Amino acid sequence: MAVTVVLPGALRQYSGGEKQISVQLDGEGDLTQLLDAVADVHPALVRRLRDEQGELRRYVNVYVDGEDVRMAGGIGARVPAGAEVLVLPSVAGG
Amino acid sequence: MSEVLLVAGTGKGLFLARSSGGRSSWSVSGPQFMMNAVYSVAIDTRGPSPRLLVGAQSQHWGPSVFHSDDLGETWHEPDHGALSFPADTDTTLTRVWQLQPGSADQPGVVWAGVEPSALFRSTDGGEHFELVRPLWDHPHRKEWTPGFGGMAIHSVLPHPTDANRVAVAMSTGGVYRTEDGGESWAASNTGIKAYFLPDQYPEFGQCVHKIARNPDRPEQFFLQNHHGVYRSDDGAATWVSIADGLPSDFGFPMVAHPHRPGVAYNFPLTADGERVPPDAKCRVYRTEDAGETWTALSDGLPDGFYGTVLRDAMCADDADPAGVYFGTRNGELYASADEGDHWHTVATHLPDVLSVRAVQVG
Repeated sequence: MAVTVVLPGALRQYSGGEKQISVQLDGEGDLTQLLDAVADVHPALVRRLRDEQGELRRYVNVYVDGEDVRMAGGIGARVPAGAEVLVLPSVAGG
Repeated sequence: MSEVLLVAGTGKGLFLARSSGGRSSWSVSGPQFMMNAVYSVAIDTRGPSPRLLVGAQSQHWGPSVFHSDDLGETWHEPDHGALSFPADTDTTLTRVWQLQPGSADQPGVVWAGVEPSALFRSTDGGEHFELVRPLWDHPHRKEWTPGFGGMAIHSVLPHPTDANRVAVAMSTGGVYRTEDGGESWAASNTGIKAYFLPDQYPEFGQCVHKIARNPDRPEQFFLQNHHGVYRSDDGAATWVSIADGLPSDFGFPMVAHPHRPGVAYNFPLTADGERVPPDAKCRVYRTEDAGETWTALSDGLPDGFYGTVLRDAMCADDADPAGVYFGTRNGELYASADEGDHWHTVATHLPDVLSVRAVQVG
């Protein structure tokens, strides 16, 4: 079953204008595998979510079925089939 | 006078100002890259048309390098990004502090100085950069330390006619030079003081804020230090103080005149612990004798001024007479069309100005 990635408005210029991206994973995967799959199609989008060493950027929050991945293994967090992955900018800046 | 383009990077985006009226009136547009801090801008005039380069940093989405070949109408970046650290460095790019076109005989070469301190080189006009490994692998690197603004290579000065010779400066770390095209690098800080270290004249470790040189006299450098203003007459090998004629030896920018050797500009601040201009007067200082004497330039500049001018927020254009420009952390952009004798505002109430560059485009 596909995973749905929901993007904030600021990132839709890097997803071809799409608010949601549907990604087909082979069974259950983790967040790294999910982002790798997204990067195959939208590399400029994924560069804004994780740095060149593969870690989530500090002020990017990701929720898998409502759970903050930083509390669930970070970039290695489990992503079940059919999950909704919500990307949100954290509260930061001045 | 042909048209002049002034590019200003700010804490919340990029602004462009154009003047076709003798640099006395300006049309300002922007911001572009909203909510990106634009610490580095460059205008590469070596190709058939000017290329603008921008180092933008989103607090949320990270740093990127963009380029424009239509004077800022449209911007581009490679899908996989222009600049990143290789996996084996286990390092991530924080910020691009400097984008600098290379020597005239290497039209595709663009240099990038970044945080954490590293130098990158592009051979395709700034679309893709590679880490300069010999400087990254330099044994001194583990002893370079961050100052208040971070730890970055913020100045890159390729020799105007000899592509093998490049000087860089970093905070902290100091000045390093290569004379073999980047294959080897040597610290080059003889005479520069590091008052904050037990050994005040170390081989390296100085907190250099900016270096500059005139392309018509490439052996002569000017340097604004974290307390100290210096000149080198031997290609940055050794340095002598030229601070005596200034009201303070602290500040950030240093700009060399584009075609009058021995002429340079800076913007003194009172002290490290008092980062406002002396007597709260907004003043650019100019030397016309390579630092032997300095003149305060005040016509059109305010008193009661408590702003600062950051290291890349002052520049000169390539016209004759040269235009000189600076932006403040208060969000003001100032211009002089006569080498600094008279000043006027280009824009006010911008976000804090981080970087400016200007060039004739018409």
